[in-house]
Amino acid sequence: MSVKLTIMQQMEQVAQEHGRILAPLNDELVLANCGLDSLGFAVLVARLEDSLGIDPFTAAEDAFFPVTLGDFVKVYEHGGR
Amino acid sequence: MNMAGVEAPSLRAYVANAPAARFIWDRAASVRFTDLARGTSLGGRLADLARRSVLVTTASQLTTALALIELDGVARRLVILPPDIEADHLGAVMAAAEIDAIVTDDGARPHAAFTLPVRVTCAPSIVPRDETPPVAVRTEWVLLTSGTTGVPKMVVHDLAGLTAAITSRSVADAAAIWGTFYDIRRYGGLQIFLRAMLGGASLVLSGAGELVADHLARLAQHGVTHLSGTPSHWRRALMNPAIGKIAPHYVRLSGEIADQAILDTLRAVFPQAAIGHAYASTEAGVAFAVNDGRAGFPAAFAETIRDGVEMKIVDGSLRIRSPGAASRYVGNGQALTGADGFVDTGDIVECRGERYYFAGRKGGIINIGGLKVHPEEIEAVINRHPQVRMSLVRPKRSPITGAIVVADVVLKSQDEAGNAGQIEVKDDILKFCRAALPRHKVPAAISFVPSLPVAATGKLARRLG
Repeated sequence: MSVKLTIMQQMEQVAQEHGRILAPLNDELVLANCGLDSLGFAVLVARLEDSLGIDPFTAAEDAFFPVTLGDFVKVYEHGGR
Repeated sequence: MNMAGVEAPSLRAYVANAPAARFIWDRAASVRFTDLARGTSLGGRLADLARRSVLVTTASQLTTALALIELDGVARRLVILPPDIEADHLGAVMAAAEIDAIVTDDGARPHAAFTLPVRVTCAPSIVPRDETPPVAVRTEWVLLTSGTTGVPKMVVHDLAGLTAAITSRSVADAAAIWGTFYDIRRYGGLQIFLRAMLGGASLVLSGAGELVADHLARLAQHGVTHLSGTPSHWRRALMNPAIGKIAPHYVRLSGEIADQAILDTLRAVFPQAAIGHAYASTEAGVAFAVNDGRAGFPAAFAETIRDGVEMKIVDGSLRIRSPGAASRYVGNGQALTGADGFVDTGDIVECRGERYYFAGRKGGIINIGGLKVHPEEIEAVINRHPQVRMSLVRPKRSPITGAIVVADVVLKSQDEAGNAGQIEVKDDILKFCRAALPRHKVPAAISFVPSLPVAATGKLARRLG
């Protein structure tokens, strides 16, 4: 399964568990508007570490966070910055 | 000499008055009470230890038990060294406690490097005693706390305080055979040792590094009737098929939160037994025991003075004033109680209905984006799942909320579920959590593990951060 597909499936899963409705997922979607709150994102990042084996955010030297879903996927595809 | 402090009989007097055929057993040896009443385990060196500050540091629990029986009322101070002390801390402990004598059964123990005026060997082979025990001082009993870092705190008790919670009713059964998963060199285990000695009852001790199955087999062989341990001790024992060999009349839990799941499981496994959970800490002493089979304790306990024990709750934390509390710390200038004489236990309680429930430790809170979580409250929910034996909830760093919670889970049956089965169980546990907990308390991930580390204190080993 592609990294992008894994991320999108996990987003659907977390949204469902947290009783949230996701905006239609596309590369331009601004994450802040996607429907997940910060706890939802925290859980998503932990789940992705489980399924993809990396947590690019905690591993990074300085704090950064992508703005759009497309950027978010890229971070995982490149295994960090 | 303070004669006013010597109303209570010494420990040796209780043992000397015990009925015939009472023993202390460990894995390698046994000692009959009546032999000890007339003999000594200290090779005729009792007089050399009179009024000294004695470090008791032994490889076996049995020799510590013998030394305590012989030296209460004789030594000025008994410092009981737990088996897991870090060698680096020993010098500080000995200096602060003004140790001027050592009782040991093993030259290889970490004290070997220290030169002291008196060094006495204690052995379970009892030899006739021609000396009369020099009486009588009020001996200070010093217990070490299990701090995670730094030099352990040394907590001062005396026999009267240590036995304050042991009523004649609770030791009425002299035919009892006590056993404990604890080490008697810690407060929880020492209580069981003293319960057996004051009641003139036999006691089965565990051996250093003894396997749970072997310990259970020995408990069965001696016909244990009263058995105590932490909830983690009990969960570990329940995972062992040898649990089926024992049939205690009394099952006691202390030292950790006894959740409803472990109480219900023990009720099912030992349908005939009385099951109680006690609340105690090294500093506060034994505060109360709950015998109705339910987690937590009745709110009425906190509103009345029971057996001299007073409780109050300040900022959610349980505070206790009690005749069983320690008097002070040795060495460090820290106060053991507040100005009002209450010990702050650091255990957080919550009132629901007519009952208080333990939520966790004050220092163990996990902060999830500003929301506070006690790992123990999540574990209590996970442990209610029928397929779960025990669990550990811990924080995991999160770039977004600072931390989130994840859970390590031990299943009751570890082999029946294949990979697919495990995913199903995982989903089911998460569903269980979502139904019972607000969503920030639902673990972000669950890992199945074959076992969880239990510290030398019998408590689940928690790493913070």
